[in-house]
Amino acid sequence: MQEIILEARHINKEFHDPVTVQVLTDITFSVNKGEFVSVIGKSGCGKSTLLYILSTMDTDYTGELLIDKELMTGRNGTELARIRNEKIGFVFQFHYLLNEFSVLQNVMLPGLKLNKYSRQEVEHRALERLKMLGIEHLATKEAYRISGGEKQRVAIARALINDPHIIMGDEPTGNLDTRNSEHVFEVFKELAEVHDQTLLIVTHDQSFAERSGRIIEMADGKIIRH
Amino acid sequence: MNKKLIFGIARSMMMARLGQTLVAAIGVAFSIAMFVTLLSFMNGLNDMLDGLILNRTPHVRLYNEIKPSANQPINASSEFKDSYNFISSVKSGITRQEIYNSGPIMQAVKSDPRVLGAGPKLTAQVFFNEGTIDITGVINGVDVEEEMRLFKFRDYVTSGSAIDAKNVANSIILGKGLAEILAADIGDVVQVTTVQGERFPLKVVGYFQSGIQEIDKVQSYASIVTTQKLLGKPSNYITDIQIKLHDLNMAPAVAREYHQKFDIDAEDIQTANSQFETGSNVRSIISYAVGITLLVVAGFGIFNILNMMIYEKMDSIAILKATGFSGNDVNMIFLVIALSIGFFGGMVGLIFGFIFSLIIDNIPFNTAALPTIKTYPVNYSPAFYFIGGFFSLITTYFAGFFPARKASKVDPVEIIRGK
Repeated sequence: MQEIILEARHINKEFHDPVTVQVLTDITFSVNKGEFVSVIGKSGCGKSTLLYILSTMDTDYTGELLIDKELMTGRNGTELARIRNEKIGFVFQFHYLLNEFSVLQNVMLPGLKLNKYSRQEVEHRALERLKMLGIEHLATKEAYRISGGEKQRVAIARALINDPHIIMGDEPTGNLDTRNSEHVFEVFKELAEVHDQTLLIVTHDQSFAERSGRIIEMADGKIIRH
Repeated sequence: MNKKLIFGIARSMMMARLGQTLVAAIGVAFSIAMFVTLLSFMNGLNDMLDGLILNRTPHVRLYNEIKPSANQPINASSEFKDSYNFISSVKSGITRQEIYNSGPIMQAVKSDPRVLGAGPKLTAQVFFNEGTIDITGVINGVDVEEEMRLFKFRDYVTSGSAIDAKNVANSIILGKGLAEILAADIGDVVQVTTVQGERFPLKVVGYFQSGIQEIDKVQSYASIVTTQKLLGKPSNYITDIQIKLHDLNMAPAVAREYHQKFDIDAEDIQTANSQFETGSNVRSIISYAVGITLLVVAGFGIFNILNMMIYEKMDSIAILKATGFSGNDVNMIFLVIALSIGFFGGMVGLIFGFIFSLIIDNIPFNTAALPTIKTYPVNYSPAFYFIGGFFSLITTYFAGFFPARKASKVDPVEIIRGK
């Protein structure tokens, strides 16, 4: 029996502004450890909304969410922030590095926040991850001085710093050219296959999804294939 | 909570917007500097103006007042004990101005631990004879050394030497105004006629200038021995005992106590000069009000800058929250930014406040009325620096409070999806 990392039970969500719209209807699925899952669907089908609920950042839903067999639903903001810090890594479409910091500091921040390792250890771990992604030469550069593809790889390094249970991505390749998309995909693939890292990636890049381990397809707020 | 990390992030955010941060800090620095300078200068002036009177005024004065007896003989009569007695045309009895038992009282007062010192005083009404004209005046017979120690007598003797009043026999220190009327130079001899009609030559050894012209036109000083000789009184004859206390605020209580203990009239400085305290208080309130207004304005500046910063940093806030920083952490980061601006701005402000005070302290300020004052007076009390520093932190805390709370409530989903 495989270990379940993420489980959604009967998740429903409505938007109330300006009129009540049902965005997600009875979403139930689970993700096992080491799985590389893509969520696909047309724009507006609710896949990003689902991702933000799964990431614990959006708490306005009904149903139950379990991460690492622990119930997330109903916890307060500080607790959820700690869980995000420790168990979830994020990669967004628009890389979102902090421009005030260098590349290395960006990668280190969540690690320092976790406060599990000393500063030296966190720095060492950050360099390890940059090396793994082949961008250790960028470590001392300011975050806004590197290219888009590089930024996305830095974001992945940051997502990995605390050895999260799961990495979530919201169209991480959506803003990149083919070559860089390919590179990012390779990184994900390697993470899943070599490092047994669980990944949940929202995308509408069909070829990206097809090459991942498992596809969850959504339409009109429902899962139609998984 | 990981304080070092919070401080580190706050620092980086400030460094990234160094210009804005500096503007905010300069605002705080300017207002704190002005606050400190204003209060120091205002209080310097207050001290100087109060000093005009208070330096020369005893905290408690013991004397015998000439007044009708409160206990008229009829009240002692057992026959009219139960009746209500009306007495009209009551006159003051034969009361002497002299303080009875002045020696023991002086000793008792001087051994009181609350008392800094006490000096005897003897006032004589005289006429100064200038040719055929008689000018009324007052000679204060004082213990010159005690007067110098307790009442800064030396500061007010502008020419000649104060101690000569004691060392030169039959000498006098004239008020500056009085000396001008008499056209008496130092070393000259002036003729004095007492109320009893005796004529007496006195040698002028100095001029006295209190800063209040009315006083300088009538007052003069001599040693107590000279004055006793002038009046033909024995050496234990004094009319006042002037007491200086360690703590001015004790004066009313001490005065009441001595009044009962020595059966003598006792007047405290608060009763005698209440108007000065009122004046100082009003001036202090005005300067505090102006200072705090400056700080509040600086506070709004910080508020604006932090608000702008938060709009600019929305992405950063969202990413911090997404990667595990809680609302509290974000709140702390922005509060640290606000307080750092307050702290460093405040420190610089205090230093500049001190520099401005020094500059004011060195601007020449000469006025005939104030012989001891050569430059504008400044009070360097550390209290103003504490208040200034404290307020800089308080104002910036409140200025940072709402923006920080707003930042802590930023919903990362909205920001990340909004792109």
